[in-house]
Parts: sequence; C-alpha cells; structure tokens
Amino acid sequence: MADSGSEAIAVIGNTDLTPSESENNLKNTMVEKGTSLLKKMEISVAEAEKRTGKNAVNMQETYTVYLIETRPVDAASEGTNPALDSLWRRYSEFELLRNYLLVTYPFAVVPPLPEKRAEFVWHKLSADNMDPDFVERRRVGLENFLLRVASHPVLSSDKIFYLFLTEENGWKETMFETGFQAKADSRLKALNATFRVKNPDKRFAEMKHYGDELQSVISQLLRVRARAADRLYGVYKVHGNYGRVFSEWSAIEKEMGDGLQSAGHHMDAYAASVDDILEEEEHYADQLKEYLFYADALRTVCRKHELTQYELEMAVQDLTSKKQQREELATGTIRTFSLKGMTSKLFGQETPEQREAKLKMLETQIEEGEEQVKERNAECDEFVKSAWVDIERFKEQKDHDLRESLISYAIMQISMCKKGIQVWNNAKECFNKM
Amino acid sequence: TEGERGECNLLAPLRTLTTSVCLPIDCPPSGERNEAIAASVDGRHPLSSLYCRKRRTSETEQAGLILPNGTPVDTSSLASSSSLLNRLQLDDDLDGETRDLFVTVEDPKKHVSTMETYITYRVCTKTTRTEFDLPEYSVRRRYQDFDWLRNKLEESQPTHLIPPLPEKFVMKGVVDRFSEEFVETRRKALDKFLKRVADHPVLSFNEHFNAFLSAKDLNKRQGLALLTKMGESVKYVTGGYKLRARPAEFAAMGDYLDLFTQKMGTIDRIAQRIIKEQSEFLMELREYGPVYSSWSSFEEDLHDPLEGVSGCMSNCSSALEELTEDMSEDFLPVLREYVLYIESMKNVLKKRDQVQAEYETKLEAVVFREDKKPPVPSDVEKCQDRVECFNADLKADWDRWENNKRQDFRQLLTGMADKNIQHYEKCLAAWESLVPLLQDKQEAEGETS
Repeated sequence: MADSGSEAIAVIGNTDLTPSESENNLKNTMVEKGTSLLKKMEISVAEAEKRTGKNAVNMQETYTVYLIETRPVDAASEGTNPALDSLWRRYSEFELLRNYLLVTYPFAVVPPLPEKRAEFVWHKLSADNMDPDFVERRRVGLENFLLRVASHPVLSSDKIFYLFLTEENGWKETMFETGFQAKADSRLKALNATFRVKNPDKRFAEMKHYGDELQSVISQLLRVRARAADRLYGVYKVHGNYGRVFSEWSAIEKEMGDGLQSAGHHMDAYAASVDDILEEEEHYADQLKEYLFYADALRTVCRKHELTQYELEMAVQDLTSKKQQREELATGTIRTFSLKGMTSKLFGQETPEQREAKLKMLETQIEEGEEQVKERNAECDEFVKSAWVDIERFKEQKDHDLRESLISYAIMQISMCKKGIQVWNNAKECFNKM
Repeated sequence: TEGERGECNLLAPLRTLTTSVCLPIDCPPSGERNEAIAASVDGRHPLSSLYCRKRRTSETEQAGLILPNGTPVDTSSLASSSSLLNRLQLDDDLDGETRDLFVTVEDPKKHVSTMETYITYRVCTKTTRTEFDLPEYSVRRRYQDFDWLRNKLEESQPTHLIPPLPEKFVMKGVVDRFSEEFVETRRKALDKFLKRVADHPVLSFNEHFNAFLSAKDLNKRQGLALLTKMGESVKYVTGGYKLRARPAEFAAMGDYLDLFTQKMGTIDRIAQRIIKEQSEFLMELREYGPVYSSWSSFEEDLHDPLEGVSGCMSNCSSALEELTEDMSEDFLPVLREYVLYIESMKNVLKKRDQVQAEYETKLEAVVFREDKKPPVPSDVEKCQDRVECFNADLKADWDRWENNKRQDFRQLLTGMADKNIQHYEKCLAAWESLVPLLQDKQEAEGETS
C-alpha cells in the first residue's frame, strides 16, 4: 500500500497550465509511481481543438478533440528533453477505453471520466459542451483520468491502455479483437438484473451502502453549492451599482467628491472579484464530482461481487437439487416434487433401463456441476480478494484526496475573505477622506 | 425709524459678509428680558454672530446697535464698523469648551395602559445656561412629544432648517414597534435630533425646546403663546405672491437638494437589494453547511475534517446574519432620515420664496406709486428685513447642514465599510483555525501509516 508520506506527484508536461490549474492537478492526482506506467512515461492532455466531420449517419458535426502528449521518462537523462509523442482523441474514445477497462477488470474501481454533460451548473456557467470553459475543465478531467489509470497497480499495465496513449490508429481494432464487446453486453445485462443474494460478503454489502450514501450526499452538496454560488454572484454584482451611484453623487459634491469617486472604484473592483472566486470554486466542484462518479464505480464492483456470489449460489443450488434427485431416484423416495415424477407416478413407473439412463445422466451432470461449483467458488474467492485489495487502495486514495480538497477549499475561502477585507479597507480609506 | 434706517446704512458693508446684526425680528416683551437675552447671546457662541439677533426696541435705550456680546456699538464712526468686523467670528465649528447644553436620550421603557401601549424615553439635560432654572433635568418623553417639539420649532423658527425625526409611521405587521432593535434605532435617531437642536445657536434657545427639556408635564397647548416674532411675521405671509426668480444661490440649493434626494433614493434601493441578496445567500448557506455534517456521519477518517467545514460554515452564516441586521438597523434608517430632512428643507426654501415674493410685489407697488413720496412705507421695509433675515438664517443653516451632512455620511459609509470588514474577519478567523487542524491530522496519518 502506498505510504502517503512518500507520495510522488504526477509530472505534468503542459507548460500552458495556469498556476492554479497546475496546483489543482497536483492536488487532484496524488498518484503513486512505484510499479505504474508513470515511472516510464509522462502523460498529459495538453490541448483541445474543435473539429468538424461527418458522423456515422453522414451528417456534419462539430466535436472536440484532445491532444494526448507522452514522453518517456529516462532516469539517466533527466536534463535532456526527449521528443514528445502526441495524438488526438475525442471524448467518445475515452468512453470506449473506460468500458473496455470496466469489462476486463471487473474487480477494479475504475477511475471515472469527467461528466459527459455539464450538470449542477449555476446560471452563469454554461451548460454548452462547446463552451470554452467547459472544454477546458474537461481537458483537465481527462488528463486526470489518464494519470489515475496510469498509476493504478493493475490497470496501468494494460496493453490496450498503452496503445490508447501511443497508437493513433489501429487502437480500436486491437481492442475489439479482445472480444470484450460480448462480455460487455452480458455484463451490462447481468448488472441490471435484479437478483437476491443469500450470503453476500458483509464488507461488500457495507461498501455498496457506503457508495449509495456517498453518491447521494455529494449530489446534494453539488446542488446546494451551485445555488449558493448563484446567490453569492448576485451579492457581489449589486455592489457594482454603488460604484456608479457614488460616481454620479460625487459630481454634485465639492469636498466629498474625491473620496466618493475613488470609493466607487473599489466597489467596482469588489463586484468584479467574484468571477475569479467562483471560477476557483468550480475546480473544487470538479474534485467532488470525480468522487461522485467514483462512488458509482465502487458500487459497480460491489454489484459484480453480488453477481459472482449469486452465480456461485445458483450453481450450488443446482448441484444440491441434482444430488437430491439422484438420491430419490436411487432410493425410490420422492421428496421433491417434479413434473416428471408426477407423470411417472400417474402414468406408470419407468423401466429400469430408463431409470439407469437417467441416473447416469444425473451423475454426469453432478460431476459437471461440482466442477462448476469449484470454478465459481474459485472465481468468487479470486474476485473478492482482488476487489477488496483495490477497494482498500481506493479508500485510502479517497480519504487523502478529499482531505486535500477540503484544505484547498478552506484556503480558497481564506483568500476570498482576505480580498474582501482589503477592498473594504481601501473603500474605508476613501470614505475617511470625504 | 430714522435711527433704524441710520443703522441699516451703517451696516451695509457688513451685509456682504452675510451677517445681519441689527435688523429687528423678535420683539421681546420686556426690557429685563432684553438684557437677559442679550447677555446670553454673547460672543461665546461663534455662530450667533451670523444670525439675526434680537434687538431692543425699548425707547428708553439709545436706538443703537448691540453687539453679540451685549456691548453697544458706537455708531458714530465708521471705524467702529471695522472693529465690529474684527470681532465677528466666522468660524462656525463648535468646540467642546463652548458647549453649555448637553442633552441625551436614553432608557426606553414600555408603558401599557388600557387605551394603548407606547414607549417613553428619558431625556437628560445638563446646562449652565441661565434660561434654565436648574442645572440638571430628567424627564420622560414619548415620540408624540418629539413630534410636537419639531412642529413647534418649524412654526416658530421658520427661517431655520429643523433637524429631522425618525419616521413616524411604521407598518404594523411588517415592523415590530416594540422590538429591541426598532426601539434602539429610534432612540439613537431621537438622541441625534435633540443634540442637533441643542447645538444650534438659535434653536437651542427656543422656549418650546426649553419646555420640552424641563417641564414635568408637557402642556402642549402652552405652545401657542410662544411663537417668536419672526414666526409670527412669516406665519402671516400669504402665499398669494408669485416669485419672479429665485436668486441663483438659493436656486442652486434647490437643484442640489433635488439631485441629492435622487442619489439617496438610489443608494437606499441598492442597500436594500444587497440585504435581500445576502439574505438569500444566507438561506443557501444554512442548507449547505449541514450537508457536510451529514456526510461526516458515515465517514471515519474524514469525519473530523467534514465536521470542521460544517462548523466553519455555521460561523460564516452567523456573521452574515449580523451584517445584514446591522445594515438594516443602522444604515437604512439614516439614509431615510436624510430624505425626510431634505423634504423639510425644500419647504423652507419655498417659504423663503414666498417672503421674497411678498416683498418684491409690495416694493413694485410702491415704486409705481403715483406720489413717489419717500419715505418707503414701513411695511415694505419690514418685508425687506424679513427677506434679508431669512436669507441670512438660511445661508448660515445651509453651511451648517453641509458640514453635518459631510460628517454624517463619512460616518455612515465608514461604518458600512467597518461592518463588512468585521464580517470578513469573523469568517477568516473561522477558516484559518480549521486549516491547521486538517493539516495536522494529515501529518499524523502519514506517521502512523
């Protein structure tokens, strides 16, 4: 398990990031180097661009592509700057990759993608996917996703993932060759089905419940925060009206005029300052959103456990019933009801040959059944083991990241308060000169 | 009357300083009172020289000019007029040493009777003035009494700007007339009102004011007999005369007041809007904080940090609530007071116009009179005196009002800035105390893992 004391910070290759963005990325992606891909390469999503092209139904569409840059990290030549490899990917390709990972590593809490559509927006924020601010925040989210996968102890060594980062063309084909699509469909069907598990692992049941609660509380938090942001915007902006009226008022005053006029300028500055404040807060909201989606990934793993457990239970149940049938057939007692048994009772006993054939069939089925139970048992155990390891890893990561987020939120509030004090002190000085 | 006219001629140069020291206004009933009054309007009060002063009309006296300090002016030579000039103090800032009348409004109490419920305030006076029988007074007055006083002052001193009272009517159901906050706001405004009257060199000597401060029971009917001479004369100025043009000086005042009222109205609206937005933000904040608390209930490691954040938000909520309350209680009422003040000032300006209009009309009638015989009839002269006195009083009061306005608004706006600063400081303290807690925990975790 990672020692949080020696956390390595993902190297970010893009120098175009603003300081607050870099900081945000650092805080977002407290990832481990260790055995992960990040030891060998730097990864970044450097840019976003608009493209137009024909889609599947031959219609013109505009979409955004993101530039993935990678650079091998050569420990020996830290000083030199080896060439950057880069390729363009669009959001839907990221989605494909993630689906592949979900299917291929069902025990892993797979990092989430940034939201498909802008949600929990407050009125000034655009819900338009083409909006430059949204695109920018998505770029950061996509980079975060790649860095998280690249630092995951299991996911980072996936070949398809590597190709995604390095092979512009041909990646999709290789991925489809793995045959994950078929698994994906059946998995989706199974996950959506309702079934009752008799003996789920208690830890997973608790985790699932935790995932539910986490999802619910973060949704609520994001909703209220958006409303509060709207209101705060209003408060600051109305102060701008003071700027205008003080200016008009100063025109009819003699000695008071100068003080009023300059105070008005400070009121304007105060009103304008809210834009930066709320933009920073948006980063915090994004950090919360990541864990909102992570909660879903966690629930998926727990659900998968239930599925494997259910399949095991079904296999056991099937085996038990088959064994019982054999016993009945062998001893002639009917303990369980079966249509065959009834009809044979009604229409006469079967011949000894028939019975013999039946018994033999049952024996093979029981043999197969036992094999299946053994397999499924192993599957279940395997799943529980590896899933729990990843869940524990996730828990530590979550505690660490969210604590960091809260600290940065507090720091943001402190900065906002300090700015407020400064502006009002400036205004007060002007008022004193009236 | 010739003597009077002689004085008027002598004092012509003084008029350019907008001082009127001689013109007859109030006719005191007795010679003794003359002395008492003259003695009281001595040079201790710098502003008194700028105002029309009571003048002896007793025939036993020499029809001479009396200086503010009670000494007669030697009207026989021009030199004395320059010495008069020298002795006039034009500095109208009062310093504490010259104040001889202190008034406070305090201790509001609720009275419940079968007919009504109302609040009274204690009015305390300390003075060395001889107009008062005692050096100290303590009486109880209710808003009605203050209202009576203000009306009396307006009636009896129509050439002066009378300070405003807080609003009379409050909408029942919207504002609780007996809440601590409302009563305190009103008390402060009533206190300010009395202090302004007490600081005024003419109004503070008004007999109604005296009665208000000293009488055990305020007999409000008593007021009828105490109308000043000026009050009498202005009262009977009919409004039937049309003013040709308001002098530039007073026109400027009127224009300024109109614009100023507009600006006050705008600021009032903005302040109210801010309070509304802040209240709505507060509502959201009150919902936001507790969500962190409910989150903490199912977290282990994150429990304390989340609780901490929730606690901070609760502190910020309280701080914001205090800010909006303060702005409602302290800021808005003062703005509104000024708007009321301006209304009454505009009325004084209109009255002045009427007085001037009467004079001009009468003067014209005389000018176009057939006989063209001098002297100018005394009632036209009286009109002229009234106009000049009014103008002088008004100008002096205007300067004083401008000064007060500047101080009041400096105080009001710095107060607003202070309240906002205090609000942010409270929030800052809350968040700053949280951060090290979160970071310490983090370090501790690092050590144990």
